[in-house]
Amino acid sequence: MNSQPLLLATPSGDTLKLRPEGPWIAAHVSTLEALAGSVGADVGRSRAVTLDMSGVSALDTLGAWILEKLSRKAAASGEQAAVVGVADHFTGLMDEVRQVNRHTPAPAAAANPVLSRLGELGKATFSAREDIAIFLQMLGALFVSVWGVLRRPRSLRLTSLVYQLNRIGVQAIPIVALITFLIGAIIAQQGFFHFRRFGAESYTVDMVGILVLRELGVLVVAIMVAGRSGSAYTAELGSMKMREEIDALSTMGLDPVEVLILPRVAALVIALPILAFIGSIAALYGGGLVAQFYGDMGPAIYIARLHEAISVTHFEVGILKAPFMALVIGIVACSEGLRVKGSAESLGRQTTTSVVKSIFLVIVLDGLFAIFFASIGM
Amino acid sequence: MNQSQQEFAIRVRELVVGFGRQTVLDHLSLDVRRGEILGLVGASGGGKSVLMRTIIGLIPRQGGTIEIMGQPTRGRTEGAAMTWGILFQQGALFSSLTVRQNVQFPLRENLVLSQELMDEIAIAKLEMVGLRAQDADKYPAELSGGMTKRVALARALALDPPILFLDEPTSGLDPIAAGDFDALITTLQRTLGLTVFMVTHDLASLTAVCDRVAALADGRIVAIGPMRELLQSEHPWVRAYFHGKRSQMLQHEMR
Repeated sequence: MNSQPLLLATPSGDTLKLRPEGPWIAAHVSTLEALAGSVGADVGRSRAVTLDMSGVSALDTLGAWILEKLSRKAAASGEQAAVVGVADHFTGLMDEVRQVNRHTPAPAAAANPVLSRLGELGKATFSAREDIAIFLQMLGALFVSVWGVLRRPRSLRLTSLVYQLNRIGVQAIPIVALITFLIGAIIAQQGFFHFRRFGAESYTVDMVGILVLRELGVLVVAIMVAGRSGSAYTAELGSMKMREEIDALSTMGLDPVEVLILPRVAALVIALPILAFIGSIAALYGGGLVAQFYGDMGPAIYIARLHEAISVTHFEVGILKAPFMALVIGIVACSEGLRVKGSAESLGRQTTTSVVKSIFLVIVLDGLFAIFFASIGM
Repeated sequence: MNQSQQEFAIRVRELVVGFGRQTVLDHLSLDVRRGEILGLVGASGGGKSVLMRTIIGLIPRQGGTIEIMGQPTRGRTEGAAMTWGILFQQGALFSSLTVRQNVQFPLRENLVLSQELMDEIAIAKLEMVGLRAQDADKYPAELSGGMTKRVALARALALDPPILFLDEPTSGLDPIAAGDFDALITTLQRTLGLTVFMVTHDLASLTAVCDRVAALADGRIVAIGPMRELLQSEHPWVRAYFHGKRSQMLQHEMR
């Protein structure tokens, strides 16, 4: 018995006699392909082809298909093809293989690359409009359910709200405080290092105070919350959508926006200003530590300078932005969650979209607020 | 080649599997003969899937031996796809790949062959399980339950493995689709000479497809044999299983 497959081709007159031998199985596929390729030209040249299968010791679908392809190739060029000597236990497989690959659809013609690029651009533009519509729709649905809660305060899901507050508020405090602390410290260090050259070290405190309170505190915290909690919202709602939990809620006569989305968005709107406040304090503390150990400025002087440099207005400007940023993050996260389709891939894509989009919108919103506050003189 | 290697595809001896303090399989022994379709029945949560997953190496065992085609197994092995194909209950198709790519995946990972041949083999497999070539470019999310199972079967059979594991192949299918699937498994088993190990609750497919049926209760195989013999079994759980109200109704219909 052969351990390697063979294909003996013996031309006799106009007839080509092919005799495969040994195991024609998937494990020897590269040999089999080479064998079939080597007799291809001979098959094309001869009038009739006989395939004598009596030497085949083992056969599987792959081997059977390669042999079938040879006999089909012969038949296609108007020759006579006969398969003989098929062992009994291979008959079923050979018959089965004879049926397959008969109706292969023509492959779709490759699209014009320029046109397809243009098409993608058009689709992206169109979907941007859809995105805005979905955002506004979710905003509207939220306000409707807020109105419902105002009329019937008992319909507020308090347990869920408290649970979400704990998850996205309390549990986020350590990481938010750590990161804002580091950012405050880095800004102060940069300030001391660069302002020292023209003797304006003491203005570092002004820079840290104003920058942290007005912009960085809330912006950094909002971006972190979008990454940490927004993505969690999208993934949660998305997997609920996939497992038909949201459909189940709707069929029980409950509004998913009221039950699932309102507590989540409300928790964000409550938690983000608090986190932004904690973050700002941590950043000022970080700046103070750098002032003492790097800038040779004691805590008393640092606090006194800070007191002169900043006013409640700066703090207000920062903290007023937080609830709006929270609303944007919550709406984007929840509406992306509801757009998840059946597959795991779609869940991943929607979560990415949610985080990217909410961070982008948070920064855009921050810019708009900067223009607004500048024009009203705050 | 000794005799046991010729005769048995899977030999399980004194298998012990447990999680924490709970023992799920308790000195279980089971032989699956070459070329047969063996059905495994058992209570929900009774260890049927655990047995299957232990044989294919997904769950570590605490004791006992498992021989596949005469070779003892040790956990997950390279090239396992050449030895067995597995049809998971939910299909477990890779959702980021098309149907064609799903079927080609075992070929691509285990063999070196041209893209053309790979495409032809994938279409051949899909047609063998009763799908059309037009379905090849769909994604798993676009398939119905029955089609998912068929694609998963095509993928399991991509390398023509000698052993096929089926985990509740007909669950979630309507009776017509389930009947078709039973017929498909029988046909493929005959054509490809497969050994089939099938976990199922479907009494109809046990009767129609299986050569032998094994009943798993209390962590052991309590009865094994052709369906006819199992119906005569005196074991209380087996009696309850096959002579309960639902089963009686079905058997009446069949007579």
